Amino acid sequence: MILTSCFNSMIMAAVGDGLPETLPVKMDEVRVATEHWWAGFILYMPLISLALCGLCAAMKVKSKLPAWITTGSLLTSFIFSLLLYFDYSGTPELIPILSWINLDWEGGSFAANFTFYIDSLSLLWVMFVTGLGTLIAFYASEYMETDLGKGYTRFFSGVSVFLFAMVALVLGDNLLMLYLGWEGVGFASYWLIGYYYQRPAAVAAAKKAFIMNRIGDLGLALAIYLIWATFGTIQYDELMTVVADGSWKAGYEGWAIDLIPWFLMLAAFGKSAQIPLYVWLPDAMEGPTPVSALIHAATMVTAGIYLVARTYEFFLLAPESLHVLAWIGGLTALLAATIGMAQYDIKRIMAYSTVSQLGYMFLGLGVLSTYGAAYHVFTHAFFKAALFLTCGTIMHGFAGQLDLRKLSGLLKIPGWRITSIAMLIGCLCLAGFPFTSGYFSKDAILAEAFITQGPGFEALGWIAVFTAFLTAYYTFRVWFRVCLGKVEYEPGDDDHGGDDHGDDHGHGHGHGEGFHPHAPRFAMNFVMAAIAIGALVAAVPYFMPNHADEKLAGGWVADMVHDSTARGGLPGLDRHGVPLSEFDAHHADGHHDDHGHAHHTLFGMDAHTAMYVISGVVGSLGIILAAWLHLFRREDADRLRAALMSRWWIAWLPRAMEHKWYVDEFYLALIRTPLWISSHVMYAFDRYIIDGVLVDGIARIPRMIAKWFQPLHNGILHSYAVTMAGGVALIVLLMILFLQFWNVGGAG
Amino acid sequence: MMLAVAFGQLALVHYLLLSGVLFTVGLVGFLCRRNLIVMFLCTELMFQAAGIAFVAAGRYYFDFSGQVFVIFILTVAAAEAALALALVVLLYRRRPSLNAEDWRDLRE
Repeated sequence: MILTSCFNSMIMAAVGDGLPETLPVKMDEVRVATEHWWAGFILYMPLISLALCGLCAAMKVKSKLPAWITTGSLLTSFIFSLLLYFDYSGTPELIPILSWINLDWEGGSFAANFTFYIDSLSLLWVMFVTGLGTLIAFYASEYMETDLGKGYTRFFSGVSVFLFAMVALVLGDNLLMLYLGWEGVGFASYWLIGYYYQRPAAVAAAKKAFIMNRIGDLGLALAIYLIWATFGTIQYDELMTVVADGSWKAGYEGWAIDLIPWFLMLAAFGKSAQIPLYVWLPDAMEGPTPVSALIHAATMVTAGIYLVARTYEFFLLAPESLHVLAWIGGLTALLAATIGMAQYDIKRIMAYSTVSQLGYMFLGLGVLSTYGAAYHVFTHAFFKAALFLTCGTIMHGFAGQLDLRKLSGLLKIPGWRITSIAMLIGCLCLAGFPFTSGYFSKDAILAEAFITQGPGFEALGWIAVFTAFLTAYYTFRVWFRVCLGKVEYEPGDDDHGGDDHGDDHGHGHGHGEGFHPHAPRFAMNFVMAAIAIGALVAAVPYFMPNHADEKLAGGWVADMVHDSTARGGLPGLDRHGVPLSEFDAHHADGHHDDHGHAHHTLFGMDAHTAMYVISGVVGSLGIILAAWLHLFRREDADRLRAALMSRWWIAWLPRAMEHKWYVDEFYLALIRTPLWISSHVMYAFDRYIIDGVLVDGIARIPRMIAKWFQPLHNGILHSYAVTMAGGVALIVLLMILFLQFWNVGGAG
Repeated sequence: MMLAVAFGQLALVHYLLLSGVLFTVGLVGFLCRRNLIVMFLCTELMFQAAGIAFVAAGRYYFDFSGQVFVIFILTVAAAEAALALALVVLLYRRRPSLNAEDWRDLRE
């Protein structure tokens, strides 16, 4: 299997005639690496952990055994991922694990096996998925301890299922295996959001997440059908070959290519919570916090980014889809940031910031900054996990209190220092404070938005910069309110948001005096510290030298996409993955690619340098604004709100933001209400027309006839006998008469 | 002639008359008596009346189907007798009475 890393024929299509048949670019080969058979354990370990958790449930284990099983298995998975990374030679590999579907017929074939496709992109994903999974499972061992013997095993089984599906999604070498993992993570997400199944809100949130994801899944299924119908294969390496050599064009009708990216986008927007399918993610915070951190912030929601990066060539075949991707991403980032500003529930604020940051990632993909998107996924996984875990710790310690107006001065309470500092680090990264990891990864996207040419991309870039300002503001609104200031707190009215808890802790959880927050212990502190440090260290890979190609900016991160399907968006390469210098050398007459990379300047500086300055300033301004309103003069924030609310021409803005722009209400009116009405109309039709007139009406006829003969059925044996004998006599009499008559007639 | 018919050699009509009388006795007995066992015996009478008619008709037409039918009737009657008597015993155990009127409540 030869993988041509450049898409020669696509360039032919894009640029026109007059190109040589082959371009002098590096040809990557996919090799079958059977010696890496042990990579299968990355997939098996979560499955083994699930089986053992099931065994624990069957044996009614009341200890923390399921947590240790899960943590241990995930750690093993992580170690195998690391081994695979260090053993990776820079050439994409296929590792056969299990054979599944292999069909061959005249004129076609279909193959979908459990084979791993290992390139830098899947390695990047599998490393942070299993690594964070290990840490968060360890955190959950302490966080979930109040559920010991109740839901503890169920929780860790769900985490194991999730990791299994996620690894299958990321490592599979074909779209069907990706689909399998895609459905699997959706199911695990449903399972874990609805973990507190006694609470109606959690059940509703689980259903909402599942239904929204189903809409996206429909898109993915349709995309896979179309891809197979158009290209005749669903395996990544063969797809890349087919797309590159143009053999699919024989007999091609001319609309599937334009449709595939739209279906893929629908799928990605469902899973990664973008407009119009984002509303499930904030509600998914009903699940236990480790789940929010792992699934709904760090890993599962980035599956959409992975999907787009993995199928990037189809987006390049229909470039207008990339513009839509960029605009939807940018608008989602802005919308979610404005909602996040006006919320009071810190976990919900984090949820909206996740939606917003996912929007940035799609913006990055749309403006051909695949490495920026991948890097932002990577850094976001750390700092958002850190933020969620600190929120979870606060929830755990303050009996479910999440309202930032009712928490203050956490840093000064003994035992809460690690939590506060981990939260600070997470906030700094999220706010894009200079020289943190979030700063570099966000810049990689923002600068590309100004460099890449597309419809209104410059405006989009400014929207993204403005969103960065809002992000810095609402992030530090949380931190200044919760961690600094006077020590003041009120406990929440429920425990852990639903799981009953108080019994095994000596202190009562009533309001007011007598409440003592319980500080996190070793497991939670360790994990928060580790992830916070990871969030800081995640800035380093940007400056690590890359060994792939000196022309690539972006260090190790660019390295992590350069040999993958997403290479089309690397700086220094044109959008089909061909190094620009080599391309120019051969086509000095000029190559006009509307969406290619031109060296662009912003305010007379190189765009990246300019963006470092701009976003650093913007981020700091946001933090300063937050410090003014939420640290030094908190009463000003209330006064500002009152001032805004009292002026009719502006009051709609804060009101709309607090009500999440009425999107849920809009969906309610647009989709749920018509469905409700039509279902009731149909119910009435079924009840009164089908049942009432047709079924019951027909049944009434024999019933009425039966009513005439009812008196005969009186239970007296002799009356039956008389009736019967009389009947027989009557029949015999009639027969005799009839026979006589007939005989007479016959004789006559 | 009539006398010869009546008292001379036996003709088919004698057998059919016997059969009709036997059937009527059975029917009247079934309708008039209240005792379950007697009622059951009456049904047996009606059975055997039909059997006689069959044998007679078979002999008259030189057709052995009549006798075959009677064999079947006897078999069924034997099986049904066992069943019916067992039912009567069971009913008697439930309610120490053989009066058919006592079981009116078995109606739906």
